[in-house]
Amino acid sequence: MAQATGIVTITAATTARAAPEPSGWRAWLRQAGVLTALPMALLMLAGFVAPLLLVVAFAFMPPQSFSILQPPTLANFQEIFANSFYRSFLASLYLAAATTLICMVVCYPVAYAMVRVFGRVAGVLALLITAPLFVADNLRLVGWMLFLVKGGVLSGALQAWFGIATDSMLYTVSATLFGLVYTYLPFMLFPMIMGIAMVPLEMREAAFDLGATRWQVLKEVDIPLAMPGILIGALMTFILAAGALSEPRILGGSSVVMIAQDIQNEFTFAQNWPKGSALSVLMILVAGVLAVTLLRRIDLDGIFGRR
Amino acid sequence: MVTTEAEARAAQPILQLRAIEKVFDQFAAVDRITLDIQEGEFFTIVGPSGSGKTTMVRMLVGMDKPTRGDILLRGQRINDVPANKRPTCMVFQSLALFPHRTVGQNIEFPLKIRGVDPAARKKRALELLAQLRLPDHYYGKAVTQCSGGERQRVALARALAFDPEILFFDEPLSALDYKLRKVLEKELKDIHRQTGKTFVYITHSLEEAMVMSDRIGVMNRGRFVQVGTPNEIYGSPTTRFVSEFMGEVNILDVTVGPDGTATDDVTGARYLVPPSAGAGPCSLVIRPESLRFVDGPSQAHNVVTGTVYNEYLLGSRVQYQIRVGEKQVLLLENLRDQRYEGDLDSPVTVGWDTGDSMIFPKGPLQ
Repeated sequence: MAQATGIVTITAATTARAAPEPSGWRAWLRQAGVLTALPMALLMLAGFVAPLLLVVAFAFMPPQSFSILQPPTLANFQEIFANSFYRSFLASLYLAAATTLICMVVCYPVAYAMVRVFGRVAGVLALLITAPLFVADNLRLVGWMLFLVKGGVLSGALQAWFGIATDSMLYTVSATLFGLVYTYLPFMLFPMIMGIAMVPLEMREAAFDLGATRWQVLKEVDIPLAMPGILIGALMTFILAAGALSEPRILGGSSVVMIAQDIQNEFTFAQNWPKGSALSVLMILVAGVLAVTLLRRIDLDGIFGRR
Repeated sequence: MVTTEAEARAAQPILQLRAIEKVFDQFAAVDRITLDIQEGEFFTIVGPSGSGKTTMVRMLVGMDKPTRGDILLRGQRINDVPANKRPTCMVFQSLALFPHRTVGQNIEFPLKIRGVDPAARKKRALELLAQLRLPDHYYGKAVTQCSGGERQRVALARALAFDPEILFFDEPLSALDYKLRKVLEKELKDIHRQTGKTFVYITHSLEEAMVMSDRIGVMNRGRFVQVGTPNEIYGSPTTRFVSEFMGEVNILDVTVGPDGTATDDVTGARYLVPPSAGAGPCSLVIRPESLRFVDGPSQAHNVVTGTVYNEYLLGSRVQYQIRVGEKQVLLLENLRDQRYEGDLDSPVTVGWDTGDSMIFPKGPLQ
């Protein structure tokens, strides 16, 4: 009897190997890939998915409540669109788009030079660009505040050396934008470097050889082939800038209210978790749609050299 | 008046290299090369890796500038004309097809650059697809989905769309398997005939060069060792380097005495050799197909005895490894129907005629 069972088991195993049929969730769970991914999956579940679900749940709770066990309602969303909360949304999206564009224009020549021109110096430059990231961005922004504030480093120097009296440059939309560009520049630069490094030199030479001018090489070869890196950089910069909190507050002095500040206000001063959650959900939706649309256009396999 | 002009044009080489030199860190990758390439010619530059052939072509296409010397295109100095202003183009070793473009867009690229309208572009691309025996529906196919041979054809079509005066090739076939390479070599020669354009081809395979070229230049250490027709290169190589480059050859180290006969440095045997440049240490080169099995000394000018150590079947031909004494190994090649009938390791006599051997003095420029 025991022997017979043994034989049956072996036969089953052989058939499973010969033709990989779905043999239940047990077999699936025993795969090496699933097992190795398990710790990370559990961590993500507890640390990322669960809080996210909580936020989504709270977004549908009645205003000013602190429990998720109530009948769901759309009151929060109605209030957001009825009152002027969408303004901070638009401000965020607008500033994020501007930041992304400016970073793109500023970073492309730098990234190109780091890949093709600077050679060994590029490593040192990369270090210099990353070094400020080791200091918390709040502190760096306070540094800029001292630089830009009326009677600060910049206006003081202008006054002393050239006799030019300047008004405070702080607490403006431009100062906010400057802060955003400053903070998120590396997030555009490094993916862009990766993208440009992926353009084979021979591809450029071939285009050049076939009669293309410098601009045509840039338009037809350089940018399209570096696009995966550029898109990833743009995505990171946009999403990070759209959720920025310190820049509008420290450099912008609340001359412009961005969405992150609104969300924080709802969760703290206003003690209105459902509304804060609803704002967050809208923000996540915008970022998510953007990320999915862009990432679908990028060939990740190509980037990781799997093709 | 018009005819004389046309005649003068035809007589003038399309491309002239005047002592061109490319120096990298005091190392001359291309060392004072002077060469004329004729209109409509299929000229192949052959050389081992590091011989300077790619460096040379990069200068001819305009991607690098010569350190010294002049490049003349139809008599006009073009040293300082950048690649995108030269009426020449190159098929890269990697082909450098644009992966983000379709087959059609790749072929149309040079036309798009020139501002040709889309309808005319497409018409030309389809013509080229037909000329290179690719089906019409490949027009919209992604380049990344094409096979090696198909990509090769797309790259050639793109270069032809440019309509260059000279078409350069930098070992485009080297990554392909033997069979496909043979097919494409012949196709390329056909295309050369059809278009009548000047082709300058680079390869490390003299065999490939033989199949396609009108003239071959064998390069070594930045210089041409020999320039000639395939027949000349094969039949009368001027140096040991060229003779060796063709493929497997027997090279014997010999010393030529004052009487004109050679003594084998290894076995001490005496050989009759072709009249050489002078006495002293020389290399005696015998092609495997020039060696044959003989019954006795009367059947060939030179004979040696050894044992058959190994037999290699090469399809239509068969090769034998003959061991002479302890240290010498000779390679003999016969047609398959002239197979050796005896046993391995049994003694044999092999011989060759003086006229089938080549002798080169040993010197620095071998």
